[in-house]
Parts: sequence; C-alpha cells; structure tokens
Amino acid sequence: MEFGLSEEQLLIQESFRGTLERLVNLDSIRAVSNGAQSMDKTLFAELADLGMAGLLIDEEEGGTGLTLFDAAIVAMELGRSIAPVPFAATAVMAPLALKLAGSDAQRKEWLPKIAAGEIIVGMALSDAIHGAKRGASVTAHNNKLSGQTSFALDTAEADALIIADTESNLYLVSTDALGLECTHMPSIDGTRPLTDIILKDVAAEPLGNGGKVHITEIINAGRVILAAESFGASEEMLSRAVDYAKERRQFDRAIGSFQAVKHLCAEMAAELQPCQALIWYAAYAFDSLPEEAELSGLLAKSHMDEIGRFVARTATEVHGGMGYTDLMGLHFWFKRIGFNRAQLGGPEKLRALAASLQGLTGSSATSHQTAAAR
Amino acid sequence: MDLTDHAEHRQFREEVRTFISEHRHLAPEDTAHSYRLMPRPYSEEVQNWQQLLVEKGYANRTVPSEYGGFGAEPDILKSKVIADEFFKANVPQGLYSQGISMLVPTLLEHGTEEQKKEWISRTIRTEVFWCQGYSEPNSGSDLASLQTSATEDGDDFIINGSKIWTSSAHVAQMIFCLVRTEPEAGKYDGISYLIFPMDTPGIEIRPLQTMTGHPSFNEVFFTDVRVPKSAVVGGRGKGWKVANSTLSHERGMLSNANLSHERLQKIEKLLKREGSDGRPIGENAPLMDRYIRLQARVQGMRFHEMRLISDAAAGKPRGLGDMVCKLIGCELNHQLDGLAIDILEEAGVLYDGIPSIELDGIWQQLHMYDLGLIIGGGTAQIQKNIIAERGLDMPREPRPAQG
Repeated sequence: MEFGLSEEQLLIQESFRGTLERLVNLDSIRAVSNGAQSMDKTLFAELADLGMAGLLIDEEEGGTGLTLFDAAIVAMELGRSIAPVPFAATAVMAPLALKLAGSDAQRKEWLPKIAAGEIIVGMALSDAIHGAKRGASVTAHNNKLSGQTSFALDTAEADALIIADTESNLYLVSTDALGLECTHMPSIDGTRPLTDIILKDVAAEPLGNGGKVHITEIINAGRVILAAESFGASEEMLSRAVDYAKERRQFDRAIGSFQAVKHLCAEMAAELQPCQALIWYAAYAFDSLPEEAELSGLLAKSHMDEIGRFVARTATEVHGGMGYTDLMGLHFWFKRIGFNRAQLGGPEKLRALAASLQGLTGSSATSHQTAAAR
Repeated sequence: MDLTDHAEHRQFREEVRTFISEHRHLAPEDTAHSYRLMPRPYSEEVQNWQQLLVEKGYANRTVPSEYGGFGAEPDILKSKVIADEFFKANVPQGLYSQGISMLVPTLLEHGTEEQKKEWISRTIRTEVFWCQGYSEPNSGSDLASLQTSATEDGDDFIINGSKIWTSSAHVAQMIFCLVRTEPEAGKYDGISYLIFPMDTPGIEIRPLQTMTGHPSFNEVFFTDVRVPKSAVVGGRGKGWKVANSTLSHERGMLSNANLSHERLQKIEKLLKREGSDGRPIGENAPLMDRYIRLQARVQGMRFHEMRLISDAAAGKPRGLGDMVCKLIGCELNHQLDGLAIDILEEAGVLYDGIPSIELDGIWQQLHMYDLGLIIGGGTAQIQKNIIAERGLDMPREPRPAQG
C-alpha cells in the first residue's frame, strides 16, 4: 500500500509549483481579476508546455495519459497560486467527455488541439447539475440546440463549448456558431468569469454516444478537481496566516504567541490535514475504484467546501485589518474558495445526493436534481 | 497512490483471515463500542483471547520474544492489515490498556533489562494490570508542576502526595507514577518515573464517580510509601522525558479511525429505522445532512490514518499530520454520539442496562465518555498548543520564570 504521491507525482508537483511561483504574482492575478485580460495567456502556454492541458489525454492523441489523481495534484498547485487560467473544464471535464463519449473522429479532431493548449473548451452543464428549469432549458431538435444554460465554466477564451441538454446528452458547439449568444458575467472571483448562454437553433454536434451515461463521471471528476483546487488555496491561506502571526507584533509580542491567535491556526491545520487524504482518495477512486468514485467525490467536495469556507474566513481574520485590504491580496484566495464552493453543486446539494446515492433517504425522497445528475 | 496489497501483505491478509475464521468461536462476545468500556478486571475469556493473540502475533507483535512477545519486525502495514481484518470480522483486537499501550512501549524504550524481563510479558498477557499516576489535583495540563515527592532514604524513596484521574487504580496491581525526586532541580529536571505495586503500605484509593455514573476513576493518596530506588525507569530526574514518550503513545492510541467508523456504521443502521412519526428517518433531511457531514469526516480520518501509516512505513518522521489526530478524532466521536442520540429522539435519553433497546442505551454513556476523552490525555486546548507550536512552529506562550 502506498497512500500518497509517487516519485513521478512529486516531480509533477514540483515542476508545476516552481513554474507557478515564478509566473504568478499579485500583479498577474489583478490583471485578469480587474478585467484587463480574460486570462493569463503566457502562463497558460507555459503550463500547457508542462502538459497541463493534456494530463488526461492519451499519448497517441498528444497528451500525457495520466490520471485524475495527477490532475488533482496539479489542481492543488493551481489553487495554491490562484493561477488565472482555465483548468477544470478545458483540461479535465471536456477531455473526459470526449474520451468517454466522443466518436473516434471527434477524439482525433479535438483532443490533440486541447492537449497542445491550442484551443480551450468550456463546459455548460447547468441542466445536468441542477435539473431542467421551466422555460430555460436546453433542448435539441435535429442537432440544433435551443434554450438557455447558465454559469458555464472556462468560457472566457473558449473556442468551443460542450453543452448538456435537459436529457444530459452532450453536444459540441463552436463559440462562433450562428445563434449562440454568450454573456460573460463577472463573478466574485474575477479570475473565474461565468457565462450565460442563450441558444437559438444553434448547430451542434452530438458527442458520439450521447454522453448521457458518462455525465455523472464527468461531473464527479470536475468536483474532485474543484475540491483539490480549494484545498491548495486553503493551505496557502493557512501558511500565510501562520507567517503573518509570527511577524506581526502587538503588546510587545508576536501575535502568534497568543493562544487566541495560535488556536485559530491550529484549528485550520487540524481541519485541513484530513481533507488532503479525502481528496486524494476521491481522485484515486475515480481512477481505480469505480464503485466508490461518485460517493467519494461527493464527500470530498462537500467537506472541502465547508472547511474551505472556515479557513478562508479564519485566515483572513488572523491577518487582522490587513486581511481585509485589497493591498495584501489575500482576498483572491478567499474568493477562489468561495467560487469553487458554488460550482458543480454546493455542499448541501452534494450531501443530499450522497444520502440518496446510499439509499438512505427513504423510498420517494430522490430529488429531481438527483435524477438529472445521474 | 496504490492501495492494493503487495504480495507479502496479500499473503499475510489471508493468514489473518484464516486465523479469525478458525478461532472466532473463542473470541469474547460483544466488545462493540470498543475496548475502552470493557469492564475490568477482565474476564477469563477476554484474558484467554488476549493471550492467544499475543502468542500468534496479532497483539503486541513487535515486542521481542525474549520479553514474551512475537518478535516480529516492525511492519506498520501488517499491523494495519490485522486491525482492518479484525474490524471487518467484528472480532475484538488486542487490548488497549494503560499497561499494554503505554507502559510496555515505555519500558521497551527506557527500561532496564531486568524491568523488561519482569514486566513486559506478564503485562501483555494481562497477568498484571497497571494504572497511571500522572495528574495531580493541582497539576493537570501543567503536568510538570507535579508535587508528589519521593525523598531519599537509604536504598529507598519515601513517597508522599496524591494523584487523580487514576483510572482502574482499584483493580491494578501496579502503578507507573511520576514523582519529584529532585526538589531543588528545575521544574522539568526533578521528576522521576517510578513503577511499584499498588499494595505497598501507605497507598489509599478513593473512587471518583464520573458523570457517567461509573466509578472509572480514582484518587490515590500516598503516605510515607516506601519504594526501592530500583523502581526508577529511565534514570533519576529523567522522568519528564520518559513520560513524554508515554504520552505520545497515549495520543496515538486515542485516535483510531476504526472506532469512529464503527460508530458511523451503527448510526447508519439507526437511520434505516422508522422515526417517531412512522416515516423513515432518512426522510428527515436535516438529520441526513448531519449524518453525511460526519460521514465525510470519518472517511477523512480513515484516509488520513492510511496516509500516516503509509508515511511511517516509508520512514518519514512524525509531524503535523500525527499531531492533529487526537484533537479531531475525539471531537468526531463525540459528535457521532450526539447524532445517534438525536436520531433516537425520546429513546435517545434512555440509559444503559435496558435490555429491550439493546444498544441504544450506550450512546448517552459514549457521549459523556468521549467528552472525557476530549479533556483527558491532553485537553483539546493543549492539543492546539502542540499543533501550533510544534506543528506550525509558532512562538510559544511566554512562560513565567521557572523555579
């Protein structure tokens, strides 16, 4: 048994951490957050050279053929640095969708370009996650999509989108297709804009086998990745809080010597330690224990969402007034954690799904969300 | 990440399974809810089971054979295989007790050859039962301020003072005890670790009833108790170091994710019952939300322990990950007990000894017992100091000048 990172995975972690430390700083985060840029393209290109965009894509299609566990390691580093680049959709969920559901021709056409970082593919899954909404769902007729889908991920510079209809079938749509109207909406995390999409008879290409049977797996992978990203961001916030508490002096003492302050740090550390193993396990289950994968992902993200919120507020508090300023930039971590919490299902929704998945909610308690997300 | 067994451990797992299936008829009935609540002194059945486990290497397996153990090479993964297989089969594992889990490792590390030969084998076979004399009425979290004195008299020490929270003192034959032998030395340098019989003249035991209604603790008073100097473990004035190695064993012992998992599984069964309104409890969304929250925490602890075991097997030093276990593990158990009580509604307040409700009556007792464990063995607040100061390298609370 080996519960942790292999030698190769330590190298992956080290190379991403090194590159991110070199290329991401408050200025580069601000440039995206304030809307001057839609993403950090230089960084994205460097990370693509490290293999970020093709982690889950097979070698013959230009990727590195690694696992979700490897992608989770990378996500932790992206979260640690608040890298202002797309990842969860274009580098994880979209390649998985194409790999699992795409036809041979679709795989050959799309995967090599995604792996090379030449194109970005966003994901619009709101119907699959939340269930169909009256009058605002995506319906398909003769491979033309109509309706509305909200809060799509990784769409800022997307060349194509994968869109789920009310039946959770998946379609590829070019972002310059006729009848497609994308409205970018600023989110709390300026480096993570969301997109509202209105479709009017938009030409769409269904993924080879429809995708429906794989939708849970695709969403689960996304949840594990968001949890991993929030874990990295939370660890960084704790580390900064500890450093600050050691340096900052009041009453002739480092504030970190006061139990009122150090106990906050101890609580954050104690809560975060098991999260790492929980997320690792969820990623490993996705790769190797399919019967445990969905529940592990639900537990990992719902728990990380809660601990993330606790760490985000507590680490800010340890910084005192400085934590509240824009100057220190700590709020970028706070915001990324808050953003991830709401995506692909917030903790209450995920816990309800977990209860239902385990057959614990009684006969008829399965919610419409549950039915749709399966 | 690879959670499959290597060939050696796969074979070992088969051996453990075979042992369990061939011997489970000898195992004591219902040790559910852990060894901690096992009535003491142990029944003959419990003692025989423990002795069988020691002999076959399923308890205290790394204790060298010259001291009565199985003499296995340390292999934490095999220890985990044993723990998991016994847990899965719902068969009691080797006993935890202060003697077996705290004194024995301490003697192995600090004891003289004679002490090891005399006590280890008999202790792990439950022939000798120990209690721990650490805390005093005025020395709890600040354990090193202890005042029980041992003054020199020829080849002996004369002990005066008192200890508190001494669980099982009323059934123990022996005590391991911290006393001040060097009153003129500094706070941490004047302490010695002594082992001596509880029937030594001058020892008085008064039971201390706890909130559970059970007298599981005692106060112990020493009046001119004469103990030979050979009772010192680890050298005169070295008791603080010896005690700290013992405390780290206690902290490891208190956090065992399998115990939390066991509670969770029992709660899952409760959830499948009908509530007082005749509807499945699972339809009660707020209760289900609480259950899933705790399920995630239990899973987190299980996998965290697997990670620590894996790290230890790879030779990595103990660190922050180990330091958080007592704090979060004890809190988690207490929360699980509280959830079970709430699921049971009115029946949740029924207390032990009511046969018609079988295990329901245990939850209130556990709820209090686990609160005791949050306080005992280093309070949650002391744990947070340890995590912050040793794990996160934060500055210590300034200490007043030491006498």
